[in-house]
Amino acid sequence: MIALLRILLLSLCLLPLRVATQEARTEFGAGTTPFLLRSTTDIAIIRPTLERFADLNPDVRILYEQWGSNDLFDLSRQDCRDGGAPADAILSSAVQHMVWLVNAACAQPYRSALTAGLPASRRWRNELWGVTTEPAVIAYNRQLLSAGDVPRSRFALLDLLREQPDLFRDRIATYDIAASGLGFLFAYSDSLEATTFGALLEGFARVDAVATCCSAEIISGVASGRYLIAYNVLGSYVVNAGERNVGLIYPEDYTLLLSRGYMIPKGAAQAQVAAKLLDFLLTAEAQALLRQAGLVADIDAAETGLAPSARRTIPLSPALLVARDASRQKLLFRFWSDTFQRAELP
Amino acid sequence: MSETQPDTLPGRDGTRSLATRVVGTVFVILIIGGVLVAATTWWNGRQAARQAYDQILIGAANDIAESIRLQDGLPLVDLPVSAFQLLAQAPDDRVYYAVRGPDGRFITGVDPETPIFPTGRGLGAVHFFDADLNGEAARFVQVLRPFAERDFSGNVRVVVGQTLSARERMTRDLVFDALLPMIVAGIVLLIFAFVVIRSALQPLEALVDDLSGRDPYDLTPMPTDRLPRELQVMLGAMNRFMHRLDGQVEAMRNLISDTAHQLRTPVAAIRVHAESAMTTPEADGRARALERLSARTRSLGTLLDQLLSRAMVIHRTDSAPRTSVDLREIALDVMERDDHAALAPDAELKLVIGEDPVRVRADGFSLGEAAFNLLANALVHGAQPVSVGVESAGAEAVLWVEDSGAGPADSVRDRLGERFNRSSGSREHSSGIGLSIVTSVAAAFGGRVEMRQTGTGFRVSLILPAEGGRT
Repeated sequence: MIALLRILLLSLCLLPLRVATQEARTEFGAGTTPFLLRSTTDIAIIRPTLERFADLNPDVRILYEQWGSNDLFDLSRQDCRDGGAPADAILSSAVQHMVWLVNAACAQPYRSALTAGLPASRRWRNELWGVTTEPAVIAYNRQLLSAGDVPRSRFALLDLLREQPDLFRDRIATYDIAASGLGFLFAYSDSLEATTFGALLEGFARVDAVATCCSAEIISGVASGRYLIAYNVLGSYVVNAGERNVGLIYPEDYTLLLSRGYMIPKGAAQAQVAAKLLDFLLTAEAQALLRQAGLVADIDAAETGLAPSARRTIPLSPALLVARDASRQKLLFRFWSDTFQRAELP
Repeated sequence: MSETQPDTLPGRDGTRSLATRVVGTVFVILIIGGVLVAATTWWNGRQAARQAYDQILIGAANDIAESIRLQDGLPLVDLPVSAFQLLAQAPDDRVYYAVRGPDGRFITGVDPETPIFPTGRGLGAVHFFDADLNGEAARFVQVLRPFAERDFSGNVRVVVGQTLSARERMTRDLVFDALLPMIVAGIVLLIFAFVVIRSALQPLEALVDDLSGRDPYDLTPMPTDRLPRELQVMLGAMNRFMHRLDGQVEAMRNLISDTAHQLRTPVAAIRVHAESAMTTPEADGRARALERLSARTRSLGTLLDQLLSRAMVIHRTDSAPRTSVDLREIALDVMERDDHAALAPDAELKLVIGEDPVRVRADGFSLGEAAFNLLANALVHGAQPVSVGVESAGAEAVLWVEDSGAGPADSVRDRLGERFNRSSGSREHSSGIGLSIVTSVAAAFGGRVEMRQTGTGFRVSLILPAEGGRT
């Protein structure tokens, strides 16, 4: 009796752990097979692609849940550990989380001709696949920044900050790496390119750069003229924001390329549908849809002028575990917070 | 010897051929060798893969250990990416790392909720161990980073691990690379062995074909050229056996035809005499006919004795064991026999022998028969006195009989010793068989018969190789 009571109490204590909830949810298709897809991608961006998949597979009803990357990771890890009912597929931009999950044996393998066609940097263990190509860009306000002043590389940005500190004071924005998994991933990747990263953070500190949480806020800030330049913004969000006066630059010294990670959790009820969706996402048709949505950047296009040697795809490999390492994170956070002031929210 | 003719050779069914046996054995040897080599290769490959990837593990662990520094009296790990790039040499393997303080406190790691501690004895500065990583077999190493500072001392333990798929793939590749040429070599060896064995056994197969196609009555020798030495011995023995068999069959056939031939004339004569005795009316004539009949019958008895003796001699020279015989004893025996007394009761006989034994390897009985026939011939055809002598002439031993006559006419002498020399003109108690016995004996024991006119008479000699003498 006492034991039962203790279990009851324990479960009551455990319940609040799962307080995190999805940011939004929707459904595609009207089939009889429910298929739960958890993702960090905005519904509006991914909608055309998933609708097309639902059309092709009329028996499937896609339950789409949009999550914050850290919440999605916590939930997925908990599902994996407790053996709870996981999502049928996960698509996340925080690939370091995905690598961690795969490393912790939370995923199941799948092989097909299409997955085999992926380059090694976009595939790990046949359990994690990169389905998009999204650059980390410098966004700027077209009206407030003259074409000649637009920095084409990090060195140009550093020079700009040094030459005109007063112009840029409090008007540079980037992700708050503590709040955004994606921001942390970009900052971590930058830190591996060591030489410019330290100098850039110092430059940001000198002009009181603002670290804030969300893509939408940063982009609208740039559009409204609150910020002149936003550093390391995900290109796809800039494209989708559709703000006319926000321009974007692929830094010419190097441009980080993120490929959203897709995985099928171990114990997924609809693993076959998940595999089918993966194959669909890798087809030329789906890639074209994703390109329209901005999730597959046309980095080959002449206008960007990005040399192949400057492309730094963030590889799906165990090395990303370092990005998830608690002590390493602590060090980076400390370095970061020493440099930045928190953005004052309006 | 001709009742049954087996239509199949034994061993055609149920037993395997020599070639199949040898090729099978070679195959089994190759298989056993192949399995042993494969096991060794696999073991070596595993060791090589283990050593190679253990080095990577320890490199990564050392990288991490080197990155530990003390800050405010606490160890701080600035996890190096290089360690993971090293671990990525095994690109598809899951990894594990954990850094713990001297008190076992977790400092950092891939997952605080998956604690993995070293197992086994002898925990030195570097310790390898095997354990499960999230349900998959993995290899781990623990290295120690000692600190001896005022505010922090003790060993910080770094555990790095990796699952085994890259090791397994490397082992597989090594084994495959090593085994593939060996499998090819094995197949080539097998083919070579097959060809070599086939060509080595080909004479044997030709022999088998020859034997199975052979008429059972065919006693001609098998060809022994091109055969291996071992087979030549076997086949030589078989050929000798067939030769003896052939000789015996021939001798028997001769004996039968000779006997029939020899008996025809006396039997015809006996019939004539008997008929004339029956048809002659006067007593005198009948008595004469009966007397002639009686003489013919006696002579027939002698003839039968001789035929028997010859048959015996032929049989014995082929089958009786050779013993050491002193020719002088043969001569003495033949002098003492009283058979010749019937031929010439008042014969004058002389014995010419020396002091020393004259030995040959032969059959005593056959020699006795030969000597008796020589003597009988001399008594019947020659002139008295008759001498019997034994002498040794170098490597040869001689037994001779000499009468004092002039010997037979040349035309007769040329045909002496042949089987059918009993001419119609011969005397009734002469058969011609006697000398053929002598020649048979001489041939059987490797000797010869010589006839010549001496100063004192006609001498017939049986010359045999002396025992122990040079030949």
